[in-house]
Amino acid sequence: MRKPFDIKRYPGFFPITCLCLFLLYTPLIVVMVYSFNDSNSITNWGGMSLRWYEEVFYGVESQKFKKAAFNSLSIAICAAITATTLAVCAAMAMLRTGVFRGQTLSFALINLPLMVPEIVTAVATLVFFSAIGFKTGYASILIAHIVFCIPFAYLPIAARMQSVDATYEQAAQDLYATRFEAFRLVLLPLILPGVISGFLLAFIISLDDFIITNFVKGAGIETLPTAIFGSVKQGIKPSIMAISTLLLLLSVVFVTLSYFVGRKGQQTP
Amino acid sequence: MNTAVEIENVTKRYGDVVALSSVSLAIEDNEFFTLLGPSGCGKTTLLRSIAGFEQLSQGDIKLFGDSIVDLPPNKRPVNTVFQHYALFPHLTVADNVGFGLQRQRLPSHEIASRVADILEMVQLGSYADRLPSMLSGGQQQRVALARALAPRPRLLLLDEPLSALDLKLRQDVRVELQQIQHDTGITFIFVTHDQEEALTMSDRIAVMSEGVLQQVGTPRQIYEAPDNRFVADFIGDTNLIDVQVTQVLDQCATCVLPGGASIACNNMAGASVGAGHLSVRPERVTLGPVDGSALQGEVSRLTYLGTDIHVTVALSDGGKMDVRVQNSDSAAIPQPGSTIGLYLDIAAARLLVD
Ligand SMILES: Nc1ncnc2c1ncn2[C@@H]1O[C@H](COP(=O)(O)OP(=O)(O)O)[C@@H](O)[C@H]1O
Ligand SMILES: [Mg+2]
Repeated sequence: MRKPFDIKRYPGFFPITCLCLFLLYTPLIVVMVYSFNDSNSITNWGGMSLRWYEEVFYGVESQKFKKAAFNSLSIAICAAITATTLAVCAAMAMLRTGVFRGQTLSFALINLPLMVPEIVTAVATLVFFSAIGFKTGYASILIAHIVFCIPFAYLPIAARMQSVDATYEQAAQDLYATRFEAFRLVLLPLILPGVISGFLLAFIISLDDFIITNFVKGAGIETLPTAIFGSVKQGIKPSIMAISTLLLLLSVVFVTLSYFVGRKGQQTP
Repeated sequence: MNTAVEIENVTKRYGDVVALSSVSLAIEDNEFFTLLGPSGCGKTTLLRSIAGFEQLSQGDIKLFGDSIVDLPPNKRPVNTVFQHYALFPHLTVADNVGFGLQRQRLPSHEIASRVADILEMVQLGSYADRLPSMLSGGQQQRVALARALAPRPRLLLLDEPLSALDLKLRQDVRVELQQIQHDTGITFIFVTHDQEEALTMSDRIAVMSEGVLQQVGTPRQIYEAPDNRFVADFIGDTNLIDVQVTQVLDQCATCVLPGGASIACNNMAGASVGAGHLSVRPERVTLGPVDGSALQGEVSRLTYLGTDIHVTVALSDGGKMDVRVQNSDSAAIPQPGSTIGLYLDIAAARLLVD
């Protein structure tokens, strides 16, 4: 009898897997390990220490990085909240108003930003801001982030809303709930896992963005990625590795949260 | 008697599909009214129109005299038991049942006592804190009923509420539903595609087909005096015999059967000279000697049904007749292959035009 198809038995499966994992994770692990290096060098190991973390929080550049971190976090939170709200509205319009003309077009328009090369969006956003005479700075970064976060927030929310039968909201309305109450008391709790996933995704995407931010930020304001980039241009310091490790930790926490929220959501329909 | 619901000339189109075509109906207060028809005939569409989820293409719906077509669903004193119940999965049984009361802004102690009462009524008092997913199908159905009854609507709509239950449970729930309707005095509009359910439960039945109302009447009228072939065929089993009407005089029609025998029929849904159809229920046909019978044929098949034996007779002209013989009357049960005479109960045979 022939064995059933099993990709694990293909020749080369194991080495290829190892190579991929190696290429993906070794750089991250090196950065993480060397962030605890006691030496000034970024290549020679000089023993365990937390001195670069101390440097990040109390060193000469700490003020600059703290400010950048504050900008990044506040922008990410505001952008994620706004983008998630808009994405919920967009999903309601797309999925809860029946069939309308231009539905496919609307769907494409919402998701197109995912396909447009980021550099193009960056240039276009900058051109747009200067064309309307908008002063670059905190506000311009925030607006740009809200816009490019919308499709990322939209996808998990729409996927979730699609799986919730519209009859639940009708049952709520039948039981004297207004349309808004039907949304707040029935639909929103049922799509909450999708909303949280969307929010976390938007948050991470905003926190991590470099290209667009670098174009639209103007002088005198930095976010964490642009500050790191600025710092690296003058040579890689071990303190950068410490910052990177902290960022990585934050991402891992958020992605894990997002994963568990999504999984919990699947258990209750 | 008060009229609870008046449906006036209601038409609903979805693009080219006509889901309801000029339906007019009056439903009395305190009535157990059933909409019966095959799947896709527009029953759900009519219920949703009454509940407020469909914009009518044409027509008007009045509830106790007032037009409700311009009211949103939450302003209509009408509640629905949805086909798949649509219980809120994130709320407990008690919160599901209390949902409508909360939206009506009743004081919380009253909500609590009414929820407890109604859960007691549907025998789910001990399940108040469970989530719907932890209940069986029959229990979910009762929660859905309790949820719709709790706000004491003036009209309750039930969309095939028993179709997801197994047979035994369905029969118990039929009796319960009738009892609840009787006790609460709420007008019920009950939707089903199951004619037995309709016959056993309803005060009156409306039979629909392809968006058109076919007949409205009591179960007895619908079964014994169908208005047309669709109704006769859809409700119960019947034999439809093609006949020639040769004369109509004073509500008495002379019909010629395929074999040439002529009978006089005065049970008819309007008749004119020409082609007609005679509907005879299988239990209204008796078997007997060939000589002197109106129709003759050969017994082609016997089907054992427990209380009855179903006899299929192939007529000489190519048609067939179904006959039911009581199992207790063993002398009347024929042998397959034997030639036999068929005697129609003319008083119970109904002459139909179309
Ligand atoms: N939202 C809709 N869009 C298009 N056609 C519909 C819609 N709802 C129902 N229909 C059509 O209307 C007809 C009646 O449907 P329905 O009222 O659900 O029938 P029933 O409940 O008797 O099975 C069907 O032909 C169905 O395909
Ligand atoms: Mg239906």
